[in-house]
Parts: sequence; C-alpha cells; structure tokens
Amino acid sequence: MKPLEPWLLIPTCELTPLALPDWAAQCALALQQGARLLTLFGRAEGADGVVTTAVFQHGEGHLSVLRGHAQRGACYPALTPRFPAAQMGERELWEQTGLMPQGHPWLKPVRYEGARQQRMNDHEFFKVRGQEVHEVGVGPIHASVTEPGHFRFMCLGEEVQHLEIQLGYQHRGVEALLLQRPALALSSTIESVVGDSSVAYAWAYCAAMEALGAHTPSPQTEQVRGVALELERVAMHLASLTGLATDIAFLQGGATYGRLRTAIINASMRACGSRFGRGWLRPGGVRFGLGEALRADLLDTLGAFAKDFAQMNQLMLAARSVRARFQGVGVLSRADAQALGLVGLVARASGVALDTRASLPGTLYAAHPIASPTEPGGDCWARMTLRMSEIDASVQWLTQWLQSPWQELPANELLASGHALQANALCVSLREGFRGEVVHVLETGAAGQLLHYKLQDPSLPNWFGLGLCMRHTEISDFPICNKSFDLSYCGSDL
Amino acid sequence: MFQSIAVRIAQGKQYIADPRAANPLGLRGAPLIADAACAADCRACVDACPTAAIALAPLRIDLGRCVLCGDCAPLCPSQKISFTANYRIAATDRSALLVSAVKSLPDPIQVATELRQRFGRSLKLRSVSAGGCNGCELEINALSNVNFDLGRYGIDIVASPRHADALVLSGPITRNMVNALQQCWDAMPEPKFIIAVGACAISGSPFEGSTALDRGLLERIAPTLYVPGCPPHPLSFVCGILDLLGMAS
Repeated sequence: MKPLEPWLLIPTCELTPLALPDWAAQCALALQQGARLLTLFGRAEGADGVVTTAVFQHGEGHLSVLRGHAQRGACYPALTPRFPAAQMGERELWEQTGLMPQGHPWLKPVRYEGARQQRMNDHEFFKVRGQEVHEVGVGPIHASVTEPGHFRFMCLGEEVQHLEIQLGYQHRGVEALLLQRPALALSSTIESVVGDSSVAYAWAYCAAMEALGAHTPSPQTEQVRGVALELERVAMHLASLTGLATDIAFLQGGATYGRLRTAIINASMRACGSRFGRGWLRPGGVRFGLGEALRADLLDTLGAFAKDFAQMNQLMLAARSVRARFQGVGVLSRADAQALGLVGLVARASGVALDTRASLPGTLYAAHPIASPTEPGGDCWARMTLRMSEIDASVQWLTQWLQSPWQELPANELLASGHALQANALCVSLREGFRGEVVHVLETGAAGQLLHYKLQDPSLPNWFGLGLCMRHTEISDFPICNKSFDLSYCGSDL
Repeated sequence: MFQSIAVRIAQGKQYIADPRAANPLGLRGAPLIADAACAADCRACVDACPTAAIALAPLRIDLGRCVLCGDCAPLCPSQKISFTANYRIAATDRSALLVSAVKSLPDPIQVATELRQRFGRSLKLRSVSAGGCNGCELEINALSNVNFDLGRYGIDIVASPRHADALVLSGPITRNMVNALQQCWDAMPEPKFIIAVGACAISGSPFEGSTALDRGLLERIAPTLYVPGCPPHPLSFVCGILDLLGMAS
C-alpha cells in the first residue's frame, strides 16, 4: 500500500458546501467520533458570502475536509464549549469573516487585523475578582531579544490564577499578501512567515505547488528536503535548550548549546548559502543538492556534534539545580493537551503521540522512518528532555541517510514560473516543523489562480497550553515555562 | 565538577578572533555584478526578484531590498549575477546600499566621530522586533554567543530602553507595534540612534504591499546604520558597528 502523503488535493466541486448549521453539526459529529481538528477557517466569497473549511485527521491518519457556506454575520452554535480544540479556529473565523460562533466562552480577536488594527484596548482581559488578587501585565516588548506579545497574569500573591496571552503585535497581513503575487513566486515570502521554520514552511508550500501542478518531485529531491528539515529541527531545538539553560543561569549550558547550534546552522549555510535554509527549497525541487564532499562534511559535523552534545546533556541532566528548577514546573496533563488540540513537541511532552512524520509519512519518511519519542511528564523537564531526544533521533536519521548511497539530482526539476496549476481545487499540505505540524491550505479558482492561502502554525493552538500550564504556578516560573514551549509569535500573528 | 571541566575542554576556543577577517564558508553574501551587456530586452532577473530589488540599464541591486535569496542568478542568460561570501555590507547611508558592476559593495563606513567619542568604549543596545520573523532576532541573539561575542568590544544588549544608546530594529514595523515601538524610542535617553537590521526594517520589502504596516517612525528618524540581509549574518552586524565606532577588531 502506498504510504499516506502529508498533503491532500480535492477538486472543489467534490466538496458540496453545507449550510452553516449543518456544517457545524457535521464538524461536531466528526469530533465526537474521535477525529482531530487540524484547522478551521473561512474566506469571503462575493459581496457578502462566506465559505468555511474544516480539516480533520482521522485515527488511521487520513485527512478529510468539510465545507460550509453562509451569509456574512450569520450565527451558528459554537463548537468550543463541547470541543475546546476549536477555540482558536472559531475566534479566527469570527475575526476574519464575521461569522458568529454563539456560546463561545471567550470571543476575542486573535490578532487584531484589518479594521481592528491598533485597537488592542477594545477588549477586556479575563478578570479574577478578590481583594488580594492583583494583575501583572508583561509586554508587548520583553526584556530579552524576542518577538512581541502581551501576557496578562491574574495573581494571588506569587501564585498565578490565570494567564491570558494576547498576540497580534506581529501581524504583517501575510495571508492577504500571498494573494497579491503569482502562486509560484511565493518562496521567499513563505520562508519569512516564520523565519525559524523556513524549511518546514517552504516544504509545505512546495508540496502544495507540486500537488496542484501535477508534478512528482524526484526521490533525490525529497532526500535533500528531509536533510534540510531535520537540520532545522536540530538547530531550533538547540536554540530552545540555549534559552532554557540561560533562563536558569546554567551558564555552561547556554554557552555550549549556543556554539553547538552555530555548528549546525553553519553546515546548512555550506549546503545552501543560508544559516536558516532559505533559498534551498523551491517548487518542483531544490536549488542545491548534496554532493559527495558535502555529505562527508555534514557527517563529520554531525559526528563531532553528537559527541559534544551527549557530554553537555549529561552535565545538564545530572545537575541538581537543573532538576529542581524544571521538574514538576508548568505541568500540562495529557487530557488537557488532547482536549485543547495541542500539537507537536508540546503534545508529545504530555504523552500524546502525535507526529505527522509518522501518521502521514509520504514516501520519504515511510522508507526511512524517524523515531518520534514522547515523554509522559508534561512539565518543563519533559519538554526539555524531549528536545534532547528529538535532536538525537534527527541526528541518527541524518547520519543513516547521509551514509546510504545517493544519486545525483535530476536537472531542471524546478517548476517554471508559467507552470499551470489545477483549477478549482483545494490543497491541504502539512509538514512537521520543530514545533509541530505546519498546515497550509490553498484554494485555486477557475484560472488556477490562488483564491485563498490559509497558514496555520503549530503555535496557534499551543499558546493556550502555555496559559493553562501556568495556573497555580509561581509567576517567576513563567520565563522557563515560556521557553520550554518556545512558540512563535509571528506564526500566530501572520 | 570534572564533567563541567570536560565540557569546557571540549569547547576549546570558539570565538572568531577577528570578525573583519572571518571566512563564513558557503554564505550567500554580497552579490557580484559582472560588467557584461545584458541580453536584448531581457528582464529575467527583475521578474524573478521577490522584493523588486533589481533595476536595469544598468543592472543594479538594492541591498536594502534584497533578501539574498539568489533566485535571480541562475536565470540570467549572460551570467551577470553571482553571490560572494562577502559579509561586509553594512552602510550608514541608505543610498549607499545600491550596488552595480562599477560599485560592487556599499561605500566603506566612515567613522562617526561623535558616536565614537561617546560610545567607543561602551555601547548598549535595545532590540525591538516589530514584525520580525525571528530570523533577525535569532541572529541578533547570536551576537552575544561565544562565537561572535560582541561583549568583548563593550557592546551589550540591555533589557531596559532607559539603559540603551541604540535601538536595534528588526521587522517591517507592523501597525500593531507602532505604539509600543514609539514608547520604547521615547523612553531612550539622548543621544540615541537607530540600527536597522534586515531587509524588512531597512525597506519593508519582503512585506511591501501589505496594509498592516506603518513605517512612519523611519520616515521621521533615519537609521544611523543599515545592516542588510534576510536575516543579516551576525558578522555583517559586528563589522558594521565596529566600523561605525572606529573600533579595532
């Protein structure tokens, strides 16, 4: 049997749009039957119409789509009260299209876009009442070099009762911008949507273009893309580990993980010219192959890295000060992670085995499966040690790959700028970045032009998990909890 | 403790001894434009450029708009464009970022005497991301790691704008960040200046055409230093600031 691909292409004529209440009822039914909600969104159609789309993943891995239609401003019974995993999707649907999920417990704009820009004060933050309760606001600008976002804590003494995270400061209007340019000319924009996940985003985009363009990339191309993606994962988990060590003043960890990351991103630069893998993947293929000399270079780099990384991990894991700081702090239970629809590393660190490289492996990861460990603890310690294990798994996978026989890349594989895309089609494309599944959903119109480009970063659902794990935790634990999640602001704000 | 010493020994010396004489292998840095004629009516490079950084007759590249993606080079039938590992591309003047066959690099940075007198031994930076994708932010963070070690020059990144001499700006400046950015700038004591990092901050080019940006701050206050790239290599930043302050490396 052919392995499930991490993308799905459906002609839109096969997706009969349901009336909004029926669509919501069908979504509820799918969720009740155990399907997982990947994304839920809408787009304007005509003067005052709205088309809604929900994408699900079912137990055995396959994807399905439910479509609805409505007039702008129409109401429907919200899914969120019964299925909290829909909470961000429904807020976004309301913000972007005006459809009203009735009974949504906390209907606030996700990112204050369009006419709501700069009106962050229009909505109240969640209040906890009581004589001793006080409120702490942090951000949008933070003390360290990082992206902006606002954190509002309701505290009783040092203890956090509730944390509300309000983002939107990074909103660049990316989804609208993507429709202004030719579909095949979006690579560099896509690479800077979430700049630390350039490869994951580029791959999701390229796979969508290839599905819509009826082009199957060569196995060699997929090999190179796999190497690029796993190098990105190793580098970014190292950035998280650097931050975690620095935040607890474990300075040797900060210094060592930092320089180990330099070695990995410099290897990416030798392969493609950029420390972030930019300019490497393009629709149809890759711009740079991995010749024999480069493969040997990468193997040397990874070999030296693995040795020093293991040594540093040993030191970090054995230090009592590190254990005392991370163990039992910021606990997110498995049940909460599942109910909230959390994804990626954060879900796996709460014991939820969720990895699209396993459930939708495509030919590459089916032929060469990668280990996807989980941790049961759900605390900062689990999220830290899982990053270490994921780095080990990626390094092992890369090493095996780079040692196996390689064939040359076929010439002229890239799609030409005039390459025709399938008209009237919906394409869902996923890629497991270092944070989790990156979801792209593209829709083409009658001339094969892009009608809609929906982006969803794993951070969008996961930010809520960070808020939840802070409950009944000391406010001073927030920096390490935040770092252990290491979510993207611009990925949420778009 | 022995383990800690072992980690330290394995680390060895990681710092780049002279940032002005480093060799970032493989970097797609400054473009090199050959002095050949373009093919008749050819605009392949212009059409391929995602950020409208290229102009023709004669062929010029605006490093303030260029994201150094390299998509143009393989499409040129006359092979006029290539990329070098040269990272010394920072400039003090926006127009100096325009390079061509006759001027292959931005003009060398002139030492700013007043800034040198005041900040030549201690410069504190406050980074603000206003729509940055975390590419520039990671590279700004990397300035403080053991490889680039900006601290050895007395240059540090600080938490409070009250302690800062320069604002390191990344991102195209989103509308939703305009107020916070202005408040940060207002909170910084005089004298102060802006360092624009990356194509987004310098020109907004990667997100040009979006209605979610407001670049008014930079229309009122011109940056003192421009560091091109997407994201800029940390060496471009280090050399730019050392050159500006006339510091030995």
